Amino acid sequence: MTLAPPLLQFDGVICRFGSVTAVGTAVGGVDCSIAAGSFVALVGASGSGKSTLLKTVNTLVEPTTGRVLFAGEDVSTLKPARLRRRVGYVFQGVGLFPHFPVAENIAIGPRLAGEKLPPERIAELLALVELDPAMATRMPDELSGGQRQRVGVARALAGEPELLIMDEPFGALDPVTRAALGNKVRELHERLGLTTVMVTHDMAEALLLADRVLVMDRGQLVADATPRELLAGAGGAEAQALVAVPREQAVRLAAMEGPMGRPSEREI
Amino acid sequence: MGDIWEILPGLGDKLAAHVVLSASAIGLAMLIALPMAVWAGRSRLVSRLALSLASLVQTIPALALLALFFPLLLSLRAVFGEGLPTLGFLPALMALTLYALLPILRNAVTAQANLDPEILEAADGVGMTKWQKLTLVEGPLSAPFIMAGIRTAAVWTIGAATLATTIGQPSLGDPIFAGLQTQNWALVLAGCVASAGLALAADNLLWVIEVGLAKRSRWMTFGGMAVVVTGILAALWAQSSGSDERRIVIASKQFSEQYILAQLIGARLEAAGYAVEYRDGLGSAVVHSAVASSSIDISVDYTGTIWTNYLKRTDNPGREAMYETILEWEARENGVKVLGRLGFENAYAFAMRGDRARALGVTSLTDLVGQAPQLTVGGDPEFFERPEWLAVRDAYGLRFGGTRNFAPTFMYNALQSGEADVISAYTSDGRIAADKLVVLADPKGALPSYDAMLMLSPRIADDAGVAKALEPLIGAISVEAMREANLAVDREDEKKVSPKAAAAGLAASLRRPGLDPGPLTPES
Repeated sequence: MTLAPPLLQFDGVICRFGSVTAVGTAVGGVDCSIAAGSFVALVGASGSGKSTLLKTVNTLVEPTTGRVLFAGEDVSTLKPARLRRRVGYVFQGVGLFPHFPVAENIAIGPRLAGEKLPPERIAELLALVELDPAMATRMPDELSGGQRQRVGVARALAGEPELLIMDEPFGALDPVTRAALGNKVRELHERLGLTTVMVTHDMAEALLLADRVLVMDRGQLVADATPRELLAGAGGAEAQALVAVPREQAVRLAAMEGPMGRPSEREI
Repeated sequence: MGDIWEILPGLGDKLAAHVVLSASAIGLAMLIALPMAVWAGRSRLVSRLALSLASLVQTIPALALLALFFPLLLSLRAVFGEGLPTLGFLPALMALTLYALLPILRNAVTAQANLDPEILEAADGVGMTKWQKLTLVEGPLSAPFIMAGIRTAAVWTIGAATLATTIGQPSLGDPIFAGLQTQNWALVLAGCVASAGLALAADNLLWVIEVGLAKRSRWMTFGGMAVVVTGILAALWAQSSGSDERRIVIASKQFSEQYILAQLIGARLEAAGYAVEYRDGLGSAVVHSAVASSSIDISVDYTGTIWTNYLKRTDNPGREAMYETILEWEARENGVKVLGRLGFENAYAFAMRGDRARALGVTSLTDLVGQAPQLTVGGDPEFFERPEWLAVRDAYGLRFGGTRNFAPTFMYNALQSGEADVISAYTSDGRIAADKLVVLADPKGALPSYDAMLMLSPRIADDAGVAKALEPLIGAISVEAMREANLAVDREDEKKVSPKAAAAGLAASLRRPGLDPGPLTPES
């Protein structure tokens, strides 16, 4: 599809989960490759398997069958600790270490690799996510939710990763912070020349940030298209059902801005 | 007797021993429990098993747990050789360690299970190895909870360590047990105050460390740790600065007569230039094996006890034959030297109030047979299970109207108040004379004799100096003198004295002091 060599490739990935009470399939056979430099959104309803698929990349989840290739290498043959230093990971829970100040949280990846980040680099990373460098000495419980997720992004970028994977990164944030941070991540993606895969259940966010949208439904990849193609009606029924929600919202919002004025203003 | 504030300063060496024992047990428990908790965090089966086992240990009374290590270590000598200590520090350490496991293990496992799963996912996500995750994330975040478990363990262990006295490990239990037996309440209180004070101090210090860990205050964490380490080092130093020449260790069981005789023996040995050490309040069951293994050097034991408990005999060949058999058996089987008999018996005997015996016209067990169905007999808690009772009952055909168990102290009160008509008394008990009791004759010789014997461990069996210092005691203590000394310690009024003072009084009334012992005259 693209000329750039794939940085990430899913090759017949199937993930089954089994416990005493339930057996099921989270990912039911995914084949897909992601080119270096692309910003891919992985969209689907809760339980569609998108998070599970994402976690096979940094081996937090191991596929039952199939392979995941990262820069041509099967991730299961790489040492997990080493692999995860090359793959920046941001997730909804953020998971800042509460006993480390911000600076140590950011520097943890390089520290594990035996490298000590100088204060200037910490300040630079904080500035990258638009945080005051003076925050370096704060403890995580002194920060707001948005600030914490910014630190989470800075932590993921500290090791200069080749790939950034994000699992519902802005799910717990208020809409304003969410939009601002989304734009920031997109900007960093451009500026640092990253390859980014972002899991989200919000199609609007996917359409606005990504240059390629993968739609998952019940463990299957059901659509693979650019935002423009999706808005033009491509991608099939499941994808279009997801696209319809923000489109209808946009239409209604546009209607409210017409000559009649806002309905809510008249009702008050 | 003495005020506790005068006793407390003298407990320094007991305190040092107590600190070293408790700290070792807690340290060892941490070394076992913490890795086990890590393992338990990765396997539910291990978690269940470890916690169940640790809980099971808690259900065993501490006293029993301590005592159980003696036979265990004795049997392990088959593997590790005769040098394995069976009494003292090692078994006390093992029992207390087991006891300290549960709170540490439970808190560590719970702390691990309650860690925020998102933080653990982040630890994996940033590329931590399992070891890095443990040391950088799980450990530091669990530390305050683990510390709380260590605090609980410390308080339990310091309390339970007082029981180490019963297996021959010096501790703050020494004054407690000695005081309980001789009813010297100041001594009991001093021991309790010292151990409670130590427990409180440890609890507060560890609390400081716990808060330091929770608030990430290095000052509090390391300050608290520094004080703990200093305390343990000071205790170690105090222990090691004592002379390390091997002392002669004198044991006593848990009753007044034993404390008095230990002091009497100790005083003679010190006068002869020996360094001595007392292991007071040992459990009756461990004393014999402790002498046989040279864990202690000198004890006073009784022919009847050895006869029934260790030779497992139920017959009664008569006093002399019994003694000769034991003398030969101890030398052959255990290498223990029976230096001789002290001259008195502490036997089981049936006693009645003088007026009651006269009114019923009873002077011997034979006289009692016809009256027994109208009478109640009282005994100590084990008496009616003992072979002596069965022997007497069957020999005379005694059928009492009722039997009742009393603690030894209350048995005599029961006789005075009429709750019992006849009791199983001890012949050397001072209260026989004080209460003007009549000891009933045993014409059929159904009760075995209980001659007090001086037992020497294999280590000093051939020590001529020890034998020379102690030989004047052989055959020198009459039952009347022993009763008087026992009464002086047991009595509740202002004439009560310490075992040491009673021993001095007894020394002054020895028969033929300094002369060779003559033939024994049978006591009635």
